[in-house]
Amino acid sequence: MIEIENVHKSFGALKVLKGIDLTVDKGEVVSVIGGSGSGKSTLLTCINGLEPIDEGRILVDGTEVHARSTDLNKLRRKIGIVFQQFNAFPHLTVLENVTLAPRKVKGMGRKEAEEIAVRQLEHVGLGDKIKVYPSRLSGGQQQRMAIARALAMSPDYMLFDEVTSALDPQLVGEVLDTLKLLADGGMTMICVTHEMRFAREVSDRVAFFDQGVMAEIGPPEQIFGEAKNEATRKFLSSVR
Amino acid sequence: MFETDFTFNDLLFMLQGAGVTLAITFFAVTGGTLMGLAFGVLRASVRPWMTLPLVFVLDVFRSVPLLIQLILANAFQAIAGFGMSPFVTSCIVLALYTSAYCTEIVRGAIDAVPTVTRRAARSLGLTWGQDMTQIVFPMALRVALPSWIGLTLGVMKDSALVLWLGIFELLKSSQVLITRLQEPMFILLIAGGIYFMLSFPIARLGGHLERGWKEND
Ligand SMILES: Nc1ncnc2c1ncn2[C@@H]1O[C@H](COP(=O)(O)OP(=O)(O)OP(=O)(O)O)[C@@H](O)[C@H]1O
Ligand SMILES: [Mg+2]
Repeated sequence: MIEIENVHKSFGALKVLKGIDLTVDKGEVVSVIGGSGSGKSTLLTCINGLEPIDEGRILVDGTEVHARSTDLNKLRRKIGIVFQQFNAFPHLTVLENVTLAPRKVKGMGRKEAEEIAVRQLEHVGLGDKIKVYPSRLSGGQQQRMAIARALAMSPDYMLFDEVTSALDPQLVGEVLDTLKLLADGGMTMICVTHEMRFAREVSDRVAFFDQGVMAEIGPPEQIFGEAKNEATRKFLSSVR
Repeated sequence: MFETDFTFNDLLFMLQGAGVTLAITFFAVTGGTLMGLAFGVLRASVRPWMTLPLVFVLDVFRSVPLLIQLILANAFQAIAGFGMSPFVTSCIVLALYTSAYCTEIVRGAIDAVPTVTRRAARSLGLTWGQDMTQIVFPMALRVALPSWIGLTLGVMKDSALVLWLGIFELLKSSQVLITRLQEPMFILLIAGGIYFMLSFPIARLGGHLERGWKEND
């Protein structure tokens, strides 16, 4: 379970998160939508402790992420994240990209790590690319590799930050299919997305962010059908 | 045919000088690179104002002519009674000089690694040190290598200045022979040839490594 309680976060004078409350249960898929600069990416980076917060707290399975006593390197093993921008390790092959963390962080042997990596890569449709360097992959393939890389750590939670926004339209589908597969498999996920159809079809709940505030949250039928919040309705009509 | 009094022993004499040049370059570049690595990582990892004193000192090493640094350092160590040989003094001065440039090469190369790549590494649970050794250094090396090779070749040539401390490196040996044999062109040609042969493998090494990396792009 991820519990976000009254989280405030600023970059200098800029208030980016203004009191976010959100609880994500095991097995739940929550999509986060909202305008540019509303703090969606920032929230994800706070959840795995890449960014400090100013106020409030975030608990992952009861462990307070930003507490001094928390071993972040250990906590991060169970939270996978895939970023908006491509983030392959360019000097490593696809296989090495995926085996790196299991070997270095979990201390797994090469053989075991490679077995897991190959399984994950096949799962995202990259079984024939394991010996290739990332620069030879398309954008969609790079994002799928990043997903496999995160999954190879067998995380309990996955955070996706607009993983399709840097992709050519014809590559978006293959990545979203991968996410759907994962959601169907029962993974707990928070997906920041601009793909409204995806949010509607896959999510248990959809959260709308507006200027650092979670303006509305509810099941997709409610958000996309009868949003209570004026800003939500305005945003949805602008993206459709 | 070309007539010369230049003997095999004279060539050996010059090669001995070349050995000294190589030794000084080796110690200077090794020491300078190690210091440059430490300072560069520090510069890239903490807030800029925290390294201001360090930056100031390194700027001094970069802006004061090397010859002045050598002579001052040699005089200072004599006055202070350190009892260091000119060779040791030269190696230390040149290492500091090298480290000043190397620091900026390292910092620039580390900064060239995209933030999101490092965040991806840390989000997988890699520690700061693992991120550095597994991700940042390999990626930064590709950026830094051409400048580092340029620096190394530059230091090898600049090391000729230590002859002012009375060290018989390659250029000094050549000078001695020129005075004795009065054949400046011929001897300088040989000296230039030796410098080239010392530099060539280092320059080739860079090209070789870069070609290997290119194959992945
Ligand atoms: N490291 C940073 N330093 C300073 N400002 C930042 C930093 N990261 C984000 N910001 C600012 O914080 C605000 C929120 O950024 P964030 O990336 O969370 O928005 P977002 O909702 O993900 O937007 P988008 O849909 O465009 O990705 C923006 O105004 C951004 O410029
Ligand atoms: Mg974003």
